[in-house]
Amino acid sequence: MRSLNLINSLIISAVTASILAVTSAQASGVVNVYSARKEALIKPLLDQFSKTTGIKVNLITGKADALLKRLQVEGSASPADLFITVDAGRLHRAKEAGVLKPMSLPRLEKTIPKELRDDAGYWYGLTLRARPIIYAKDRVKPAELSTYEALVEAQWGGRLCLRSSQSVYNQSLVAATIDALGAKATQSWMEGMVQNLVKAPSGGDTDQLKALAAGVCDVTIVNTYYLARLINSSKKADQSVAAKLAVFWPNQTGSGALGRGAHFNVSGAGFTKYGKNPKQAQALLEYLASEPAQVWYAEINNEYPVVKDVEISLALKGFGAYKMDPIDLEILGQNNRQAVQLMDRAGWK
Amino acid sequence: MFKSHGLSVFAVVIAAFLSFPIIIILSYLVQADGALWRHLYETVLSDYLVNSLLLLLGVGTGVLLLGVPTAWLTSMCSFPGRRWLSWALLLPLAVPAYIIAYTYTGLLDFAGPVQTWIRDLTGLGYGDYWFFEIRSLGGAMVMMSLVLYPYVYLMARAAFLEQSVSSLEVGCSLGYSRWRAMWSLALPMARPAIITGLSLALMETLADYGTVQYFGVSTFTTGIFRTFYGYGDTAAAAQLAASLLAFVILLVMLERYSRRAARYHSAAESKARADLIPLEGSKAAIAFTICLAPLMFGFIVPATQLFLWAVFEAEPLGWDFVGLAWNSFSLAFLAAIIAVTLAIILSYAKRSKPIKPVRTAIAMAGFGYALPGTIIAIGVLIPLAWLDHGLIALFENLGWDSPGLLLSGSLVALLFAYTVRFLAVALGSVQSGLEKIKPSLDYAARSMGHSPLAILRKIHVPLMRSSILTAVLIVFVDVLKELPATLILRPFNFNTMAVRVYELASDERLADAAPAAIMIVLVGLIPVLMLHASIARRRPH
Repeated sequence: MRSLNLINSLIISAVTASILAVTSAQASGVVNVYSARKEALIKPLLDQFSKTTGIKVNLITGKADALLKRLQVEGSASPADLFITVDAGRLHRAKEAGVLKPMSLPRLEKTIPKELRDDAGYWYGLTLRARPIIYAKDRVKPAELSTYEALVEAQWGGRLCLRSSQSVYNQSLVAATIDALGAKATQSWMEGMVQNLVKAPSGGDTDQLKALAAGVCDVTIVNTYYLARLINSSKKADQSVAAKLAVFWPNQTGSGALGRGAHFNVSGAGFTKYGKNPKQAQALLEYLASEPAQVWYAEINNEYPVVKDVEISLALKGFGAYKMDPIDLEILGQNNRQAVQLMDRAGWK
Repeated sequence: MFKSHGLSVFAVVIAAFLSFPIIIILSYLVQADGALWRHLYETVLSDYLVNSLLLLLGVGTGVLLLGVPTAWLTSMCSFPGRRWLSWALLLPLAVPAYIIAYTYTGLLDFAGPVQTWIRDLTGLGYGDYWFFEIRSLGGAMVMMSLVLYPYVYLMARAAFLEQSVSSLEVGCSLGYSRWRAMWSLALPMARPAIITGLSLALMETLADYGTVQYFGVSTFTTGIFRTFYGYGDTAAAAQLAASLLAFVILLVMLERYSRRAARYHSAAESKARADLIPLEGSKAAIAFTICLAPLMFGFIVPATQLFLWAVFEAEPLGWDFVGLAWNSFSLAFLAAIIAVTLAIILSYAKRSKPIKPVRTAIAMAGFGYALPGTIIAIGVLIPLAWLDHGLIALFENLGWDSPGLLLSGSLVALLFAYTVRFLAVALGSVQSGLEKIKPSLDYAARSMGHSPLAILRKIHVPLMRSSILTAVLIVFVDVLKELPATLILRPFNFNTMAVRVYELASDERLADAAPAAIMIVLVGLIPVLMLHASIARRRPH
């Protein structure tokens, strides 16, 4: 009988908790966030926001496409006010799916450059992430490197490591390349890179860096904040990995596609169509684009700020200045499907 | 008569309710996108198929080799260490497959301590020597076998223990040796249980995403996610999942057909134990080694690695881990109670009236286990959101405030998803327990005027106590480890330990994920130890 009581009280507490979770999300003075950004990389900012404004933030984190699906299925009853992702392609996908609504925010239109936000105000970029070439300093001279396209050269045979094509960062890189070179050239570029791979793609960005440091391969393509994290790590092993590696900014010179600049992407946020707390959502978005928040991103996760004149982290400074591919970020979303298809065809696992 | 009809109807209704998400996924099959399928067929589909089949074959062989001999040795033989090994062999069950994959990659990868040590010692470089590539199909087979064999072990051991001594004694009196009796009697009699354990392990293998994705092995499941995330195409992803399901249904039917007429209940009531076969000297050492190896590689090695990470590298756990642990524990506990209760009702309805509608409905409800959690989550979201919208309309018509998403935005959605996903686990264990009880017991009780429910309560449940506890244990541990459905369906500000592990690991901070991973393992140990204590109380050693 005692165990029955325990079960009862468990059920009651779970039901109360779930009802509380539902109702508290709809009280006034709150903003409800669906975030593809990990909790550790956003919660401190949200807490700070709540402290200064008194607006409570409710958070669900998850994978972008799953959250998007949830938004779609919930439709007009969705409690979400703000949708945060770490990839412009997903923001575009959300816009296409009809779950976002345009909002004109004059303050952000002034501080965030035009190419880093949606023209109609469906979404705003919040941080920048660059995906250049990283090389092992003892085996590669920077003079040997030039462009992403040159990674197909025979000299890189058996010396290249890549993350899987399952990674959205690689999908966006390919989507941008399709825009620059066209589908056919993009596919043969990937086929050439696959030829040069030393092993089948596996693991994350950090794993590629470790493979470079351990001598498995000599060049790779990863997001800079992973390298910056190793540089700033308190662990000796991480530091020694980072010490062996350096950033090369590809496609910096030359005309046309050749000199288009290094690939970058944004993390960003958009307002949901059926959000019930638009004012609070606006306040939160403006906070995330404010200087203290931008500095926090740069310091904590080594991402580049979208707002000009914000101090970047020491590690990022060490990577030097670079030219960004000025592509319209919407295109990353538009080309994503084709990118995955081409990756399938090129045999990029 | 009316009552037992009532039970059948009740069972069909419950099973239909639980099948709803599965039917929604299957219904996507009718809206196939020809162009996308052609593209998949021309490029990656054969890769997905071959890798998935090889993975099934490898894990199937692995779990049988690890699970059956250990179950036999610990239940039929006596050797030093048998008592503690018999429960310690369950421990790998508490380790999620993706976590064991992370730990072994950390250890055995090229940049890991083992290979670095080899290189430092010999002065060789990459490519100068051969070393097992952990991130490979073979690696995935080994990882999954190491954490999934306990399904087979649990089921096989329960079957061996519940086999009546007399069957074996009859065998021996007919001149069989002990070992011959095992091959020709004990093993075939335990077949339904072993097959149940095997199919649980294989369905889990098919649904796994974390391990294969991390190892870069393209399987059907990674294909499903690639279609969902890469192509942004839920319909095609659901179609791939539905094809996977069709394959599983085919396998299950084949197995049913292969043992169509056989009956597996024990004729004798005697629960007296045969004397354990005493093993001494080198035989005891071999038995000990056979039982220690899965424990060693499936639990001790990964747990030690996690422990070292947690102590020397990870940021310490904050106090919020208490909340995470409580969320994980209470969800897992509730889901286990719900799933097992439903499984008992369903299995019993099937036993008392094995008519076609009941059997079909129950079989259908059990297929959720072969579907990846993300797909189940979508199947759960759609009907619940639909109900929610109905409720909101109703409230508004009555002039009340909108209640919001009462079902799809709350823990109800999660518990529903867990039940759909893990019902098969509970069904498997409960049914194989029920199968061993002779139908004549039911007839006798019924002829004495007992209602089916009374028979269930007074006769069946006590007789299959260990099967029920096993079911509770497995569902509990499975929910504890569950990630994808939790991630999609959880309410605001609600996290579990598995979510915490995922967030840190997917941010490529493996060492920081270790403390939460250890918490999953520790909470998972609670029911393992309880189960052991309960079985130990029941049986003399």
